[in-house]
Amino acid sequence: MLAVIGRQATGFVAGFGRLGLFVVDIVRALPDARTWGRLLAQQMRRIGVDSLPIALFIAAFTGIVLALLSSYVFTGAVPLYLVGTLVGKTIMLELGPVLTALALAGRVGATMAAELGTMRVTEQVDALETMAYDPFAYLVVPRVLAGTLMFPVIIALAMGMGLLTGWLAATNLLPLSTNEFVNGLMKFYTDFDWQYGLIKSASFGFTITLIGCFLGLGARGGAEGVGNATMRTVVFSAAMILVLDAYWAVTLLRSAG
Amino acid sequence: MIEFADLRKAFGAKHVLEGFTLTVRDGETMVIIGYSGTGKSVAIKHVVGLLDPDAGHVAVDGEVVHELDRPQLQAVRARIGFVFQFAALFDSLTIYENVAFGLRRRRDLEESEIQDRVAHALELVDLPGVEQRMPAELSGGMRKRVGLARAIAIQPKYMLYDEPTTGLDPVTSAVIDQLMVRTREALGVTSIVITHDMRSAYTIGDRIAMLYQGRVRQVGTVDEIKRSDDPVVRGFVEGRPDARLAMEGTPLTGREEVAVEGVHG
Repeated sequence: MLAVIGRQATGFVAGFGRLGLFVVDIVRALPDARTWGRLLAQQMRRIGVDSLPIALFIAAFTGIVLALLSSYVFTGAVPLYLVGTLVGKTIMLELGPVLTALALAGRVGATMAAELGTMRVTEQVDALETMAYDPFAYLVVPRVLAGTLMFPVIIALAMGMGLLTGWLAATNLLPLSTNEFVNGLMKFYTDFDWQYGLIKSASFGFTITLIGCFLGLGARGGAEGVGNATMRTVVFSAAMILVLDAYWAVTLLRSAG
Repeated sequence: MIEFADLRKAFGAKHVLEGFTLTVRDGETMVIIGYSGTGKSVAIKHVVGLLDPDAGHVAVDGEVVHELDRPQLQAVRARIGFVFQFAALFDSLTIYENVAFGLRRRRDLEESEIQDRVAHALELVDLPGVEQRMPAELSGGMRKRVGLARAIAIQPKYMLYDEPTTGLDPVTSAVIDQLMVRTREALGVTSIVITHDMRSAYTIGDRIAMLYQGRVRQVGTVDEIKRSDDPVVRGFVEGRPDARLAMEGTPLTGREEVAVEGVHG
């Protein structure tokens, strides 16, 4: 029993060690902008534009539900115009970034793990290396950079969509005017709200793409290995999003409050 | 010259190479034969630094590969064309982009020169006009030829072939053999070819080395290998099922050697 726990603990620590070395290799490849520069725009399009429909879809329904949920909670006790406050704060600080990132962990992270895993097991990564390319500069840096840059953009748009549908629900389904909703929205608003949301989003983008690349390039053993890497990317990314969410709450949100 | 010196490599408890020593002279085609899983591919992956040895070394033109820093290693890799067993074409790129891929690392080549080199390489492997097709649209034999074109486009000094005819029909295999010979004649390259296919080995090889239990069992010219009286080598090149005993367990003992000799001797 002890031996099993020991082995698992050793494996866990070794995995983190490998991830640390992976990050070091990414930093080492950063100066090779000639290789990754021309691939960055392509990855930004794939991560950004292609992910936008699912991000907006999720945000749209979140906004509606939040407006109705806050109205239900406030009934009789809290002025209804505070629906705008709750929708705004929740969308910008929490649900916009976290729900979108959880959805994109599947779409972006799993796609990267499957793509790079397939390249690994079919020797395409070896072929890159034999042709004097650095796989980190060619495959990893553009993906991780694109994720870090594009997640805040996608999530900012998702926040906008959430606020829009929250306003539509409040003014059409609740006894609330636009002025009242906007009044509530702006009453406790600070710039920190969206800044906090976007900082979190960048960290989620970095983490999801890092895990996807790390596990994808570590895939071994054919289709089964690629499948495992893909599944583990989704699970680890989701777990790390929640851990990071708590980390930012403890570090940034607490100090700002 | 490529030199394998007392190369040792293990994966976990499995010792694959246990003192592999072989010298490949400039201009020759060295064929490495041996049973599946005996470390032939592992050996040539050390040449391009895809694997690092546990002990011993591989030297290319006197440079010990695993001791090179990244820029030095990339300079060595730029002199080597590697043809993978299943071609390893980049499936998101067109054939043109695949063949041009290695050339784009070079800053001194204009796009027009790259186009010429790609066209010439594809012509050399008898595949003109496929530039805009995707790898998935090609047959296995065509993909291997594109893999060969991609390797020769960089005009390498050395070519490494990892089982270039595995999985192909006999006619397509013969075509690949011809292309390897043509490549050597056209570019004057030094080649190492990993294969199980003895007909191919006899056609293209100047010398043949048999890898057995992590070491070179015998190295010699095609005629020397054909006339070998080593039971392991003979069992392999003649494709005797009973010779497999040697590979799966202990080395051949006298009794098994008699059995091998007895069947065909």
